[in-house]
Amino acid sequence: MKIANRWGLALAMVIFAGLTGCGKKEEPPAPAPAAQPEVTVKIGHAAPLTGPQAHLGKDNENGVRLAIDELNAQGLEIGGAKVKFELLSEDDQADPKTGTLVAQKLIDAKVSGVIGHLNSGTTIPASKLYNDAGIPQISPSATNVTYTQQGFNTAFRVMAHDGQQGKVLGEFAVAKLGAKKIAIIDDRTAYGQGLADEFEKAVKGAGASVAAREFTNDKATDFMAILTKIKGKRPDLVFYGGMDAQAGPLAKQLKSLGIKAKLLMGDGGSTPEFVKLAGDGAEGAYSSLPGVPLAQMPGGQAFGDKFTAKYGQIQLYAPYCYDAVYVMVEAMKKANSTEPAKYLPELAKIAYKGVTADISFDDKGDIKGGAITLYQVKNGKWEVLETIGGAAPESAPAPAAADGAAKTQ
Amino acid sequence: MDIFIQQLVNGVVLGSIYALVALGYTLVYGILGLINFAHGELVMVGALVALSVVRTLSPLLPGLPGWVLALLGTAVAAGVCALLAILIERVAYRPLRHAPRLAPLITAIGVSIALQNLAMVIWGRQYHSVPPLLPAASHQFAGAAITEVQILIVALAALLMAGLIGLVHRTRLGRAMRACAENIQVAELMGVNVNAIVVAAFVIGAVLAAVAGVMVSANYGLAHYHMGFLLGLKAFTAAVLGGIGNVGGAMLGGLLLGIMESLGAGYLEDLSGGFLGSHYQDVLAFFVLILVLVSRPSGLLGERVGQRA
Repeated sequence: MKIANRWGLALAMVIFAGLTGCGKKEEPPAPAPAAQPEVTVKIGHAAPLTGPQAHLGKDNENGVRLAIDELNAQGLEIGGAKVKFELLSEDDQADPKTGTLVAQKLIDAKVSGVIGHLNSGTTIPASKLYNDAGIPQISPSATNVTYTQQGFNTAFRVMAHDGQQGKVLGEFAVAKLGAKKIAIIDDRTAYGQGLADEFEKAVKGAGASVAAREFTNDKATDFMAILTKIKGKRPDLVFYGGMDAQAGPLAKQLKSLGIKAKLLMGDGGSTPEFVKLAGDGAEGAYSSLPGVPLAQMPGGQAFGDKFTAKYGQIQLYAPYCYDAVYVMVEAMKKANSTEPAKYLPELAKIAYKGVTADISFDDKGDIKGGAITLYQVKNGKWEVLETIGGAAPESAPAPAAADGAAKTQ
Repeated sequence: MDIFIQQLVNGVVLGSIYALVALGYTLVYGILGLINFAHGELVMVGALVALSVVRTLSPLLPGLPGWVLALLGTAVAAGVCALLAILIERVAYRPLRHAPRLAPLITAIGVSIALQNLAMVIWGRQYHSVPPLLPAASHQFAGAAITEVQILIVALAALLMAGLIGLVHRTRLGRAMRACAENIQVAELMGVNVNAIVVAAFVIGAVLAAVAGVMVSANYGLAHYHMGFLLGLKAFTAAVLGGIGNVGGAMLGGLLLGIMESLGAGYLEDLSGGFLGSHYQDVLAFFVLILVLVSRPSGLLGERVGQRA
């Protein structure tokens, strides 16, 4: 046994030496043709890549990857050195605990910046770690208000927060859809509950009553019991705060129970996946998505074509991820450095024309004048209804809806 | 009142699915005393295999009515699950049959994780929407809405359970199974081919799991690689509630758990004066489980466990 073990060990060492040797041999030729030095800049990304939200996580990762591939092809020079960006993508499973683990992993890998996380529930605890390490973080999709209210100068987001979104949704439900009795369901995550709370505030403020407030979780597929309970309260609108994997079956079951109430959701339900999962229950559902419709943005159509050619249909947040990378790199270019401490001040005062919006941040790190667009499923497809606020971000005073919400926060 | 009936209907549908899956746990436990934690994953494999069959066949045979496709899908799924169960038993459980009881429990968990990851590789991580093959028409029944799929689920579950009871109590195979459950060594000495009986128990459980998988995916219109885990856990709870090892107990436990969850979600808030919301439905279900186990440690219909080898 002992001898066998020693042989095994020796073999392993030989293999190991061979592997590292190979690795070393491959590296030198790369910088050889270009005389100037090349530095590798690591960009971290975290999202759920397994579990019910894996399709959204992968979508985010693809958005980041597309931007990084483009930037590498451009052959950028920052601080006199040729820069090669490397993507480190981690799976946080939409779980706050795993979120902090992968955040620490990214910090230990010395990333220059992080795009992520996808969910508010993972983004908020991870943001403390990034802040302690001084690493700038841009979340493409975490909309819970708390994220940027913690006093961290490293936390940014390129999407309007739930304070703004909930207010717009609430006013839309009462004023445009004429809802008087409203039932609210959320998935008890930081995102779902946060958005549902803001929505509840807004509809109460607009004079509607909340007939039921129900809860589920972000892994559930059966909503018959809570929907039956809601049916007894006879609401004219049901609001769901959560992601598409739950919203889809929920819409289907709503229909099978014969509930006639309208269904309204936030950004988490605003995906083609929702339409697929909900089947015949999808028709007529409403949702909101922070930002301007891609087709209306300069460069939006081009981004859509590039993304679709490479990765297929856009699920949800890929354009925001793409913008987040470009914003971060824009700040690095302005600071002429990829060091977090040096480009962070530039990031805070950036002005960048992205594919989702013209991006600049307020003193908290929230996007200024974030627009919110409302959608409805018509003939099995999400169609744009209207865009509220922030449509023309060039004009300094942000429109009333978004600005008012920002002030109350 | 109609809301109460609707909740009851919801509970019975949910409970029928739990009961079908619980039978798989109980059959294997009754004979081997092994908790086959990989059983829930068979439900998932069944659902996804059936979905793949339907997806491949529907463009090839466009004129085929939906129910034929569903039947074909279920049949293939049952076959695949049965083969998989035989493989799992042979590889992961038989070599450990005389090992300490914890060892097969750990391999069961290992098999469960392995199957989940295998399914993730084969079918991907996304949620698959299941095409509506069966009529989705909704019927009014004493003020409650019930879809044809749900009627089918309850009817088929009842039929399968009746068939299983017949099998266990009326056939040679059933007698051999009961003999093994009584005392596996003595049964072997009496000339019962124990290995064959164990395989039969796994296969029957797997077929029921495959059918349950198709039912679940048809009912909710979706299938994904981790759909079996939580369902397996609930069904295991149902089996324990009814008395694990007892076929009738698994059915009773499944129905009770389904109805409890449904009524819990519907009435917990009103009963507790708004203190506990509908999201405490699982808490209520498990609280009842604890109460039952404290007063009847072997479950509602369970026998004394002390005799088991």
